[in-house]
Amino acid sequence: MGLLSNLKKIFTGKKPEEPEAAPEPVTVPEPVTVPKARPEAKPAVKPGDVKVEKKPEIHEKEEKPVAEKITIGHVHMSGCTGCLVSLADNYEGLFTLLDNYADLNYCLTLADVRDIPKMDVALVEGSVCINDHHSVEDIKKARRNATIVVALGSCAAYGNITRFARGGQWNQPQHENYVPIGDLINVDIYLPACPPSPESIRNVAVMAYLLLRGTDEQKELAAAYLKPLMDLAQRGTEACGCDLIYDVINQGLCMGCGTCVATCPVRAISMECGKPNIDRDLCIKCGACYAQCPRSFFNFDVMNQFEAIGEVIDAAMGKGDE
Amino acid sequence: MVLGNYKNCVSARAADPAVLSASQDGGIVTQLFAFALEEGIIDGAVVAGPGDEPYKPEPIVATTVAELMEARGTRYTICPNVAMIKEATRSYGLDKVGIVGTPCQIQAVRKAQLYPMGMRSVGDKIALAIGIFCMENFPYQGLETMVEDLCNVKMESAVKMDIGKGKFSVYTSRGAVSQIPLKLTHKFEQPGCHVCLDYVANLADVSTGSVGSPDGWSTVLTRTKKGETIWGKAIEAGYFETKPIEDVKPGLGLLTKLATEKITKNQKTLDERATFGVDKGLRNPYI
Repeated sequence: MGLLSNLKKIFTGKKPEEPEAAPEPVTVPEPVTVPKARPEAKPAVKPGDVKVEKKPEIHEKEEKPVAEKITIGHVHMSGCTGCLVSLADNYEGLFTLLDNYADLNYCLTLADVRDIPKMDVALVEGSVCINDHHSVEDIKKARRNATIVVALGSCAAYGNITRFARGGQWNQPQHENYVPIGDLINVDIYLPACPPSPESIRNVAVMAYLLLRGTDEQKELAAAYLKPLMDLAQRGTEACGCDLIYDVINQGLCMGCGTCVATCPVRAISMECGKPNIDRDLCIKCGACYAQCPRSFFNFDVMNQFEAIGEVIDAAMGKGDE
Repeated sequence: MVLGNYKNCVSARAADPAVLSASQDGGIVTQLFAFALEEGIIDGAVVAGPGDEPYKPEPIVATTVAELMEARGTRYTICPNVAMIKEATRSYGLDKVGIVGTPCQIQAVRKAQLYPMGMRSVGDKIALAIGIFCMENFPYQGLETMVEDLCNVKMESAVKMDIGKGKFSVYTSRGAVSQIPLKLTHKFEQPGCHVCLDYVANLADVSTGSVGSPDGWSTVLTRTKKGETIWGKAIEAGYFETKPIEDVKPGLGLLTKLATEKITKNQKTLDERATFGVDKGLRNPYI
């Protein structure tokens, strides 16, 4: 900012808007413009005019990159906000995402928009309390207004901890019946885990952008990347550590790599005799172990390009190679 | 394509005789991790360390060369290395993690990087993934039966086990060698291996194994930019002796043959699984 105002001083208020507009899209324009215009305006002409002129111009500049971005909304149902925190934990990566690829056009926690607008991607966090008609209306509206609905995290996907119907944090005493969003609406993409890692949310956001705005080649890659997560959404709305037993070990697919042990957020899994052993009292039914298992899905068309895809994502996020 | 994408292939062995004294073949994994550790390329590596029982490995996070040395040699049973991959970045606080694994374990690592749902802050810390050639693996009880019942050797007295030239061999501390035809071991293989379509760890940074090279040497394939760079540095620093793979016997031909055999056999298993029952099949993880 100091540099910018120096620049402006050099040009003596000739066109103070131009250098300012570039880094602006994310920050709130109003409080910045008012104090800035004052010191430079010196004896110039009419301070009142300057203010009025600037605002619309900034908005124009903002719209340019926005036109190519996708819109993402965060729909908060009954969840702990941990998934949103995970999104925010991309740190500077979140700014890159919002600068270049997506506008967060609905997010009760971070953006001041009350009604669920039309959006390209709805990241839904939390399960739906069916005793709360607002929640039920909201999830239906999210489905109607979003092109792609992502179940962000295990509560939205499987109910997770809310399925235990305990916790003592009810808004009203009758709030105790929670269903995964997939029980009420069609869900396009599942991103399970409690919470899904920042990197996985970033990857899905970048891939959604490529799917909706990319070249044909990029669309193909994004579709291939997202397909297993779409299949996961079709698989059902229940998950448990025992999925590993039923759908991996019993199917003769487990080879004892230990991925599930590392994935489990509550350390409910240990390896016994080369196979996962699930402590069902600890399991919170988040489904992360099954989703992360290399024998739940393993798409060679995507995995064989792991190096190139890693580079694409790094490049998209403005990270150089090392 | 059965050997995956690779940039370079050589036959190599560790230059350090201390590494070779108890290595399975060329001591590639131990020597390369030791080099990476000394150079600060990795802060530590997930390897198959010694467990409570003989030849029953436990995954450990090795942060010193001494710990790496403890983990030398092949134990033909399951060691869930990926289970420690998050722990290495948490309890051990490593920023640059090395991991060695069978092809399926390296697949798991790559999935954890591309779809890191439950793998927060793990993917970008994988600094070096070394894959080892693998035809199949045995549960510990299976290995025990092979060694004690079929080879008549107590697990405690075995000093080395090896698979090669169609035989499973156990070497004892008193110098005896007990061998059985590999055919007898097939029933002890774990079923999860029979759907595996990767013989030479196609997704590793560097893959290595004995097949293709003479005794005491290993075949090394460098696959990624990362792998190529680290291997290049290690060669430059004189950590390995190398020979062009074209000059050694049996060479890439045998590697290609065995890889083709494994993939063909397991693809057939996958195809059979699709029509296993009556109008019902078993799950295929690859679609």
